[in-house]
Amino acid sequence: MSQDVLVVGAGLSGMAAGVRLAESGRRTTVLAQGVGATHLSPATIDVLGYAPELVEHPARALPGFRREHPDHPYNRVSDSLVAESLAWLRELTPELGYEGSLDENLLLPTAVGAARPSALVPGAMRAGDLRAGGRFVFVALRALKSFYPKYLAENLGQLKLPSGATVQARAVMLTDPVREADLTPLDYARRFEDAGFRAAVANELRPRLEEDEAVGFPAVLGLDRHAEAWPALQDLLGHPVFEVPSLPPSVPGIRLFRALRARLRRAGGVLKLGPMVIGAEEDGGALRAVLTHGAANRPGRHPARWFVAATGGFAAGAIQLDSHGEVRETVFGLPVAGIPPEGTPRFGPGYFDDHPLARAGLDVDERLRPLGDGRRAAFSNLFAVGAALGGAEPWKEHSGNGLALATGYAAASAILEEEA
Amino acid sequence: MTRAGATGSDVTETVPTDMVELIRGSLDHCVKCTICETYCPVSNVTPLFPGPKYVGPQAERFREDGETPDASLDYCSGCGICTTVCPQGVKIAEINAHARAAMKARRGVPFRDRLIARSGLLGQLGTPVAPIANWLLSRAWFRANLERVLRIHRSAPMPRWAGRTFRSWARRHDPLDGATKAVVYFHGCSTNYYEPRLGEMAVAVLEHNGFRVLVPPDQGCCGLPLQSNGLFDDARRYVRRLTKSLAPYARRGYDIVATSTSCGLMLKREAMEMLDLEDDEDLRTVSSHTYDICEFLLELHERGELRTDLAPLPMTIPYHAPCQQSGHWMGKPALELFRLIPQLVVQDSDADCCGIAGTYGVKAEKYDIAMDVGAGLFDQVREIGGPLATCDSETCRWQIEKATGVPTVHPVELLYRAYGLDGSRAAAS
Repeated sequence: MSQDVLVVGAGLSGMAAGVRLAESGRRTTVLAQGVGATHLSPATIDVLGYAPELVEHPARALPGFRREHPDHPYNRVSDSLVAESLAWLRELTPELGYEGSLDENLLLPTAVGAARPSALVPGAMRAGDLRAGGRFVFVALRALKSFYPKYLAENLGQLKLPSGATVQARAVMLTDPVREADLTPLDYARRFEDAGFRAAVANELRPRLEEDEAVGFPAVLGLDRHAEAWPALQDLLGHPVFEVPSLPPSVPGIRLFRALRARLRRAGGVLKLGPMVIGAEEDGGALRAVLTHGAANRPGRHPARWFVAATGGFAAGAIQLDSHGEVRETVFGLPVAGIPPEGTPRFGPGYFDDHPLARAGLDVDERLRPLGDGRRAAFSNLFAVGAALGGAEPWKEHSGNGLALATGYAAASAILEEEA
Repeated sequence: MTRAGATGSDVTETVPTDMVELIRGSLDHCVKCTICETYCPVSNVTPLFPGPKYVGPQAERFREDGETPDASLDYCSGCGICTTVCPQGVKIAEINAHARAAMKARRGVPFRDRLIARSGLLGQLGTPVAPIANWLLSRAWFRANLERVLRIHRSAPMPRWAGRTFRSWARRHDPLDGATKAVVYFHGCSTNYYEPRLGEMAVAVLEHNGFRVLVPPDQGCCGLPLQSNGLFDDARRYVRRLTKSLAPYARRGYDIVATSTSCGLMLKREAMEMLDLEDDEDLRTVSSHTYDICEFLLELHERGELRTDLAPLPMTIPYHAPCQQSGHWMGKPALELFRLIPQLVVQDSDADCCGIAGTYGVKAEKYDIAMDVGAGLFDQVREIGGPLATCDSETCRWQIEKATGVPTVHPVELLYRAYGLDGSRAAAS
């Protein structure tokens, strides 16, 4: 009766692998020390945004990008798998209304007024697409102090778009009916689920809108009832309404996590939050069980037939650089690839410079199995996905969620194929 | 170090060293990602509590000798969700519990908190006079006075004394004949004084699965309510007394099964982490053998040793996993057990908290917050409209039942019924 699959990590890559395997009838547990990076991410699926120049068509850019980056994890997932993973998420989460494909990147405004290329975006962000230019108005909510639309609009106005089109952007400040001086995005998201609150906001805003303006709100238009709150507000205003991701906590990211958690549970999967992995049992080149620091004074033992390491990279603590300069993979003790050799620089001098060490991570075979010594799969039944993989610089390439989704999906495919 | 309380010499709390320092040190792992803020049930409904990140890793750097820059610390309900969701392993709830105890030691602990934290004593006092005690607590005038004098909210859920104890039943109960395996049952105060039927059902379910159930004597309070009210010295005394009684069984290799999620968690890790008892040999041994009953039964099932002669229970009911249950880091084993019962449809509330958090929601100044915290859960329970609801933790059951009017039972009761142990029908074969 033990589990078929144990996934370690509850970010996008781990949840994608877990949901897909559970939906394929595998007894699946997703185990994580806490909730994952979804909560900090804008929930857009950026596949490839810069290579290094702006990418307008990811499907066209990927082959060349792979050739130029032989160690990049995109060399382990085919275009068709990447495309399949996008289509899968789109169909899996109709309540989020994902739109887009590998064919073209949308350009979405960020909270600071930059244009961010993304392949697959939540439905509520679609109308923010800047590519054709146009007129945009951005709404400031009085008690949401981490969102400054004036700054956003001024920066957007100076944008040079590939199409040559121009963006006209302005900001309006609402004296919305909240009493508090300071609210988080989540607080606002709950208010926007209330029809009375939406009506009050719309009544104040409607007379201040100009013809043909699309209306940008911080991404706080509802949490569990987002699918109702966003279109309702759009109807009240009679203008296209879109969300702009704001500072964490990311409401769109939490929606994505909740959607995946619901699918996992519906498919009979189990989510265990809290325990930290402290080791693993192996036997004959295969993992048998993962051991965790349990709540009781005994290790938790989690046997399974297949394991997925969706443990994250440096930011999650799964890849660690200690004060002696040693780089380690902290969860399974796997070798870390891509560490700059002795005598070559690990970091560049400037914050935005190239930092060679940032590309360190797990190296994997063509089925996404992490390599051990001798460049052979460390374990026959362990797969690695997402930010744990080395060779990428997601923050420069704008590839983070694309890699997470594609590799999580691909690892599930690999497990299903191995079983077949 | 020992600190004198503001109200007198009897408030001397020892807020000690090693484990505390380790827990405190975890605040350096905080990356200010705000995930804990997102999940805090209290700060999501009231501005009186600014949230676990502010009160935890941030304010902790400014605390000294029980003085805190942030008295709002007292509005933390101690549910522990922040620690469970933190991706960086920061012991946020534990940092807050230590700081709250130190603050209370310095400023004094109200008589009310000392009283409601003694569930064993209250159970003992009320049992012989149960009809009178229950009657009094059901009278509005009495509750109004209780609120005025003791600041216990007039509408807060109160348990009803059973008028008999689980222990008296257990003494008369004949252990299972011919059993080849045995397990220890840790019943806790609430089963003993308020819900003896739950203990009887737990014993029946374990016996049905071939266990001889041992009920060790001297099972007093685990100290959890004292600990959550900042009375660490008393809590230590209580938990030591309890583990002294349980440890000999654990040393002989018996597993200890608890029906109270929060008391079970106290034995597993909270006493070690909160009360600086990580070197206590009795406690360590007991911890290594303690299981929540659903965890225990699910592990049996995973080894193919759980009987599955479960008759259909055709109903749709809500399930709420209490916060303290999340603290066991074991997922939701009750949900997996429910899947074994034919025709039972269980809808997971996915709500984080019912609000009560042990004794938090009964306090007059916190009652409204607790009800706001639980509002989403109460709506779901009412919407599903089943004949009952199910939840592992006793105070949460009382809270849900009081707020919704829907009878709320421990998951074990559903297994008990489906096994046909209530005698109402023959079990499926």
